[in-house]
Amino acid sequence: MRTMPLNPSPAPARIRSAPGEALVEARGLAVRAGRSELLSGVNITVHAGEIVTLIGPNGAGKTTLVRALLGVLAPSAGEIWRRPGLRIGYLPQRMHVEPTLPLTVRRLLTLARGGGESPVRAALEEVGAEHLERALLSDLSGGEFQRVLMARALVRDPQLVILDEPVQGVDVAGQLELYELIAHIRSVHGCGVLLISHDLHLVMAATDRVVCLNRHVCCTGHPESVLRDPAYLELFGPRAAGKLAVYAHAHGHDHTHAKAPADVPLP
Amino acid sequence: MFDEFIWRALLGGIGVAVVAGPLGCFVVWRRMAYFGDALAHGALLGVALGFALEMDLNASTLLTFVVFTLALAALQSQRRLASDTLLGILSHSALALGLVTISFMERLRVDLLGYLFGDILAVTRTDLLWIYGGGALILATTVALWSRLVSITVHEELAAAEGLPVGRLRLALMLLIALVIVVAMKIIGIVLITSLLIVPAAAARTFARSPEQMAVLASVLGALAVLGGVGASLRWDTPSGPSVVVAAAALFLLTLALEAGWRRLRHAMHPAAA
Repeated sequence: MRTMPLNPSPAPARIRSAPGEALVEARGLAVRAGRSELLSGVNITVHAGEIVTLIGPNGAGKTTLVRALLGVLAPSAGEIWRRPGLRIGYLPQRMHVEPTLPLTVRRLLTLARGGGESPVRAALEEVGAEHLERALLSDLSGGEFQRVLMARALVRDPQLVILDEPVQGVDVAGQLELYELIAHIRSVHGCGVLLISHDLHLVMAATDRVVCLNRHVCCTGHPESVLRDPAYLELFGPRAAGKLAVYAHAHGHDHTHAKAPADVPLP
Repeated sequence: MFDEFIWRALLGGIGVAVVAGPLGCFVVWRRMAYFGDALAHGALLGVALGFALEMDLNASTLLTFVVFTLALAALQSQRRLASDTLLGILSHSALALGLVTISFMERLRVDLLGYLFGDILAVTRTDLLWIYGGGALILATTVALWSRLVSITVHEELAAAEGLPVGRLRLALMLLIALVIVVAMKIIGIVLITSLLIVPAAAARTFARSPEQMAVLASVLGALAVLGGVGASLRWDTPSGPSVVVAAAALFLLTLALEAGWRRLRHAMHPAAA
C-alpha cells in the first residue's frame, strides 16, 4: 500500500472545504517506467480555493504527476495523501471519444453524475454551453468540446478540479475566456484547481502558485518569483522570460524592458 | 405450418442476436473485434477438449474461454507487449492446440464442421436452454453494469479517476463477450461468430443518437438478419451460419444507402444548412 495518509487525523466531513485546507499532497513522490525515472522527489500540495499551475516542457512528467495524484498510477516511492472523501473533477489531456459511440453532451454529463437533470444543466450554464445539451459529441468544435469537458468536471460538484491542458485546440481568444472561466469557477465553488499548461504567458494571470516541473520540481512559488528564478530561466530560456517580463510589466511590476535580453524581439 | 426444428432455429437465432446486440456495440466502440476472433479460434480447443474429455461442449468451451480471458488479463497487466500481440499469441496457440488435440481423434471430423460453420437447423432443446439461460444471465449483467461499462468506454482514465474499478469492469466485459460466443457458437459457427457481434452494431451506428439506442437497434437488426438468413437457408438449402452473416451484411449495406439517401434528401430540402 503506497498511498497512505500523512496526516493521521481525518478532516471533518464538510460539503465545502475551508479555504486553505490541504486537498491533496505528495511527498517525495517518484514514478518510474522500466528503467527511466519519470519523476523523483516531487513535493506538491493543492489547497482549497487556490489555483496551482504546473508548467514544464514536453516530457517533464506533468501528466504523470497528475495521474499519480489521481490515484490512476502507482508511485514507485513517496507518499500521496488525499483528503478523505475528496471529490475530484478531472479533465484529461487529449480526450478522444470514439466516434462510433453516439453520445450527446447531456448523456456524457449524466454518466459522470449518475443521473440527475438539474446539476447537468447548471454545469452547462456555468461554462456557457447550455445550447449544446442535445448535441452529439462528434459534432462539437474543439473549443465547445473543451467547455463541455469542463462542465463534466464540474457536474460532480468537485472540491478539487484537475485540468490537464484545458485550452489545447482552442484559439487565443478562446484560451483567455477559458482561463477567466477557471478563475470564476474557483471563486464561485471555492474549490482547489490544479492546472497543467506548457504555455506560460496566458496562464500566469489566473494563477496563485506556479510549480515548475522537469522530472523534479525546479522551482515553485508566486508567478512573479518563479519568473525570476534562475532554474526557471534555465528551463524555458530567455525568450519565454522576455515575453513574461513584458506581460508582468503591463501589470505594474518592476520588470522592465531592459531586463529582457536585447536580441529577443518583443512581441 | 413450420416444422418444430424451424421454430427451434428461429427461437435460437433470435435469442442469440438479441444478446449479441449490446455486447457487439462494445466490441465496435472498444475496437475488440480481434478479441472476438481470438476467442473464436480458442473455441476450437474448447470443442476438441469437450470431445476428448466427453463433457458438454458448451461447458468445455466456456471453461477454455475463462482460462483464455484470465490469461489475457494477466498478460495485459504486465504491459510489456501490445494487446494485439498477446491476443495473436494466445489465439493461435489455442487454435494449434485444438488442431493437435483433434488429430488424436478419428471419428469427429463431420461433427466438427457444424461447429466451424454453424448448424442452426440442428438446434436442440438443450441448445435452446443454453441460449436462453446464458442469454438471460448475459443481458441481466450487461444491463446492471451498463452505465459503468459505457463510462470506461468513454475514457478509461477518467473512469478510474472517478473511482470505477476499470480493470474488473474490463474483465467482466471480456467474460460477457466470451459467454455470448459460447452461446452463439452452435448457431453461427466459430469461423463467423465475430460478424454477428460487429455487423449489426455497425449498421445500428448510422441511426443511433445514444448508446442505448444503438444497443437496441443492433439487437433488432441482428434478429432481422437471423430471420433473413434462416429463410434463405430453408429456401435455397444454403448453410445457415453464412446465410445469416450474408443477411447481416446486406442490412449493413442497406443502412449505408439509407443514410446517403437521407443526406441527399436533407441537402435538397435545406441546401444552405448542409
